Amino acid sequence: MLCDNCGEREAAIHLTQIVDNAVTTMHLCEQCAAAKGVETGAGVAKFPLGDFLASLGKPGSAQAAEPGADAACPACGATLQDFRQTGRLGCAQCYTTFEGHLRDLLRRLHGSSQHVGERYAPAAASAGPGPGGAAGPARAVGELKEQLRRAIEAENFELAAELRDRLKVLE
Amino acid sequence: MIDLKLIPDGGLGWLDASGPMSNIVLSTRVRLARNLAGMPFNGRSSEPERRRVLDEVDRVWQRSPLARGGVRFLVDELEPGDRVLLHERHLISKELAAAAVERNGDSHGAVYLAGSLGLMVNEEDHLRLQVFHSGFALSQAYADLERLDRDLGSALPVAFHQEFGYLTACPTNAGTGLRASVLIHLPGLVLTKEIAKVLQGLTQVGLTFRGLYGEGSEVVGNFFQLSNQTTLGKTEDELLDHLGKIVRQVVTYEEQARQVLLRDAPTIIEDKVWRAYALLRYARSLSFEETMNLLSGVRLGVGLKLIPKLSVYTLNKLLIYTQPAHLAALDVRAPQDSELRAARASYVRTILEEEAARAA
Repeated sequence: MLCDNCGEREAAIHLTQIVDNAVTTMHLCEQCAAAKGVETGAGVAKFPLGDFLASLGKPGSAQAAEPGADAACPACGATLQDFRQTGRLGCAQCYTTFEGHLRDLLRRLHGSSQHVGERYAPAAASAGPGPGGAAGPARAVGELKEQLRRAIEAENFELAAELRDRLKVLE
Repeated sequence: MIDLKLIPDGGLGWLDASGPMSNIVLSTRVRLARNLAGMPFNGRSSEPERRRVLDEVDRVWQRSPLARGGVRFLVDELEPGDRVLLHERHLISKELAAAAVERNGDSHGAVYLAGSLGLMVNEEDHLRLQVFHSGFALSQAYADLERLDRDLGSALPVAFHQEFGYLTACPTNAGTGLRASVLIHLPGLVLTKEIAKVLQGLTQVGLTFRGLYGEGSEVVGNFFQLSNQTTLGKTEDELLDHLGKIVRQVVTYEEQARQVLLRDAPTIIEDKVWRAYALLRYARSLSFEETMNLLSGVRLGVGLKLIPKLSVYTLNKLLIYTQPAHLAALDVRAPQDSELRAARASYVRTILEEEAARAA
């Protein structure tokens, strides 16, 4: 199907609108949709998982240091290929193994990859040294600094200010 | 057959319609997704690993003061009908029920229930903590759930990432792992044909809607589940506040739509709700879908005070007990579809007759 607007490119976006109780459907190519501001209207892309999974196939789309689609997570053996098929990750370690890909995906899905909610606080005795495991003041400072760096990178200045204040208290 | 009397409140405390706005908002549910660190997610777990997850959770649950008076069901050991029954009560997910079959009885799936709290083990994520409240009660519900989360988290190694937060099998749940949803009845907006606008607006503000049974389910009887779409980049309170604000707005729209209906088409509305009542009271065969739609009409009538002396509790109860596995549980012969419809009509009749007799 060709784009309703330019009539040249293949339509990729099918926009159904309800205006005054009348339903209209428009078929647009990506360029025309972008020009009409359709794609950005919702803030969060509607089917980001599909977009993301498709983008995995394109060369050069992932960060340079990232493993390719056939590289396996050392902890569980899952590959990006597996994730593409099931939509599920194999284990917690996958988030580190495929960190670049996932950061990208999480930003598309949620509009951010920086968790700001409740933090896991295990009782000192029970936590293992696994990812996100036990803390200590020195480790906490290191983590906060890392978060601060990321917050500044992401231009999330509100969070950065909060992190800076927390760092001041700890130091 | 499991003894449902063992479940505190039958797991249906929220049916009592005691919560705020319970005439329009039936229930509030909040869930948190958690995984144990150092263990593969359930899509890639082995049988011994799933057993270990269950053993570890069991140990911690037994010690939690929140578990007092609670029960545990091992999904693998339940009869198929009982799994459906728990699903119809929204106490276990379809996935957890299905896992027992798919894994040939070694899913080690379980559900723990205590008061309004529930904990599913070995679902898509190792842990799914959930809480149900009557009416519109997001912050109360979350407060209860947070206590359980803290209890479990203080004794279990949980998969957590400094940047991404709580790690989940599906990235759509990562971060807070929090999904809050309210089950809301919107016949006014459907009848005034405003609903499409409202639903479209929801998706634009980062919320999503589903049918009665959550993900992938159809909308029946004008019941919608509204919930947050994103789980990362906002605090739990921000996610709940946002959903709460929008729900309040939707409730206001619904109330306005009902007033418009009463003002512009009073006879039509009155006729509609009484016809719905009459069919439920006297019909001899009812499909599930028809029952849901008629209950929706009657519920609207009760909300508009057109039908007096019928409690929201009774309507809530009918919503749960007219589902197939619940009817089958009343009647031990596994009924055919036609018998099921007859059994449903008979059950609805009895309940409504009892209520009418009480009111007289």
